[in-house]
Amino acid sequence: MGAAIREKGDSGTHRVSICVSPCIHLYYKYRKGRIYLMLIVSQLINGLQLGSIYALVALGYSMVYGIIMLLNFAHGDIIMVGGYVAMLTIAAGVNPIFAVVLAIAACMILAVVIEKVAYTPLRSSPRISLLITAIGVSFLLENLAQNIFGANAQPFPNNKIIKTSSLNIGGVQIGVTAIVTIVVSVISMVLLTFLVQKTKRGKAMRAVSEDMGAAQLMGINVNNTITFTFAVGSLLAGIGSILYCCTYPQVSPTMGSMLGLKAFVAAVLGGIGSIPGAMIGGFAIGLAEVLVRAVGLSDWTDGVVFAILIVVLLLRPTGLLGRPMTEKV
Amino acid sequence: MKKSHILSLALSIVTCAGLLAGCTSNTSSASSSQEASSADTIKVGILAPLTGDAAQYGIAASNAAKLYFDQLNEAGGINGKTVEYILLDEKGQAADAVTAYNNLVEQGVTAIVGDVTTAPTVAVAVESASANMPMITGTATASTVTVDPDTGAVRSNVFRSCFIDPFQGEKMAAFAFEKLGAQTAAVLFNTGLDYSVGLKDAFVAKAEELGLEIVAVESYSNSDVDFKGQLTNISTKTPDVLFCPDYYQKVALIAPQASEVGLTATFLGGDGWDGSIEAITDAALIEGAYYCSGFSADDTSEAVQTFLSDYNTAYGEAPNMFSATTYDAAAILCDALKVAEDAGLTAGTDEYKAAVIEAIGNTDGEYVTGHFTYDDNNNPVKDAIIIQIVDGKYTFNCKF
Repeated sequence: MGAAIREKGDSGTHRVSICVSPCIHLYYKYRKGRIYLMLIVSQLINGLQLGSIYALVALGYSMVYGIIMLLNFAHGDIIMVGGYVAMLTIAAGVNPIFAVVLAIAACMILAVVIEKVAYTPLRSSPRISLLITAIGVSFLLENLAQNIFGANAQPFPNNKIIKTSSLNIGGVQIGVTAIVTIVVSVISMVLLTFLVQKTKRGKAMRAVSEDMGAAQLMGINVNNTITFTFAVGSLLAGIGSILYCCTYPQVSPTMGSMLGLKAFVAAVLGGIGSIPGAMIGGFAIGLAEVLVRAVGLSDWTDGVVFAILIVVLLLRPTGLLGRPMTEKV
Repeated sequence: MKKSHILSLALSIVTCAGLLAGCTSNTSSASSSQEASSADTIKVGILAPLTGDAAQYGIAASNAAKLYFDQLNEAGGINGKTVEYILLDEKGQAADAVTAYNNLVEQGVTAIVGDVTTAPTVAVAVESASANMPMITGTATASTVTVDPDTGAVRSNVFRSCFIDPFQGEKMAAFAFEKLGAQTAAVLFNTGLDYSVGLKDAFVAKAEELGLEIVAVESYSNSDVDFKGQLTNISTKTPDVLFCPDYYQKVALIAPQASEVGLTATFLGGDGWDGSIEAITDAALIEGAYYCSGFSADDTSEAVQTFLSDYNTAYGEAPNMFSATTYDAAAILCDALKVAEDAGLTAGTDEYKAAVIEAIGNTDGEYVTGHFTYDDNNNPVKDAIIIQIVDGKYTFNCKF
């Protein structure tokens, strides 16, 4: 269209060129604007994709904290285990769908075992003992993986699950992995909200997190409820693990630590203990990271994320949606 | 019991010899080395880590040097003189390397092939300056090996046969512009890796010099796994080529994300790309990428193929890049030794060493990894090997 107008301008009279040149100018301005618009849309999708993985992991942090006041720092390493299980089972020739289910199941079983072995015996001890134990479990998992699989990153067979490709939707290039990640995460979150708000199990979880002693008196099996919470949290971590490995097709023993820390920041930002808060926090951190990279300050990405943590802790320790803490007397 | 007696005897002899050498070396080092290197042999030292973390590099490199000397001696040596090499293990440690170097000097060597990794090589380079000992490494790529970073002065007695890291950036920029006809280029580099920053700086400088337009320079830190933000920015600029100077693990993460954001630029890389086919899940994502390397076994030239089969016969395995460049280091040194021999100088003397150093600097010839000359910083000016990934395989593209 631009070329046609220009031709007219060239061959036509002065009058024509005078009235056409602003049109060309406008057209180029429109095209440039469109490129910027598409860039913004692409970056938003990048942010949502990263954010939805953070949100899935942050949910595990928040749920566990909500119910037993434990910052489960081993949560990130459960993701790593999920990645290795999926990689190894696919390499062994297992059907990829089955391998994904196996990996998620492995995450759940591992989390429940950790809870039973390491956390349950300490439930009545000071919170700090529990926290230190969680850090210990995290190191244990990382070093075990390093001993078994070596320290090097290994390729993850992501193309067996989601083939790397992209779709052009209205001029915006969107990766299939991005679409799958966002859709799967949103569905998982909707189902989780339903589980917590509408089912008996969910009611029990809310009750235990409100007041463990009272819940027990009301006939709720506190131990089972806590185990169930760990299982659901790590189910989400397992899903997050598969989605993460499909986007960043590499598994390494330390892959979960940074991811876990950033998800923790997301959980704090949203208000630790709050389920919708973890979702909002996750998306916010993902978008913030991509925004920082998009404006060309990629060296500052991690700095910005942890600065958010500090600012939240200073100005609003309960996070965006957290309940204001009241001292129990 | 008997063994330990012999051992203690040997130890005491060594200690005495060391003391004596210590006494005499100040007064007449030239004469003692003359005694050490008898009339029909030329003594050369090889320094390499044969044990420790860097052992695999050291063994590959020293095997190649030994192979060259053995072949040379079989073919009659240098003007009828045999090259006698002394190989010492320095365990990859700077302190051990200096001790080993001093040991070699006491044994009367007239030149050194080595060291292998950067830190020990720099340590030996500092130590060898006073003796003006000719020294050529096949593998140490850091610029500080041949140039003192504090004073900026060139270490005149130290050479290398591998190219320094930034040189690859220059080569790739020139290759993109001249061979691929690229008009626009983007760079995505790792701010947490000196190697990556060095290649990026050299690439950008050369591109500006040539008129290859740099449309985007984006960076990430060493622990990052998400590059979509940067790649999306780059893709809106639609560059012809994208230069990613990093190691293969990062390449395996960058390539799929580039494909997802719809980036279609041709990938360019440095020698860190070697291994990326094994590291990436789907090699189709880096199909058509170019990177440069010091050596390719697919090079069909006669020199390379002869070297491959000789090395394979001697050691029962294929040589790697370290072997090839160290083989060249030994060859360049021996050609320089021949110049000194032709001039009728005596091995071990200061004039002899000075003649060898001058001859290395004047090198102008064909070796296994290409045609060599030396620049003012004692770095080789030679062709890089361009490797392209074709049908999921590393394919020799050209010497450039």
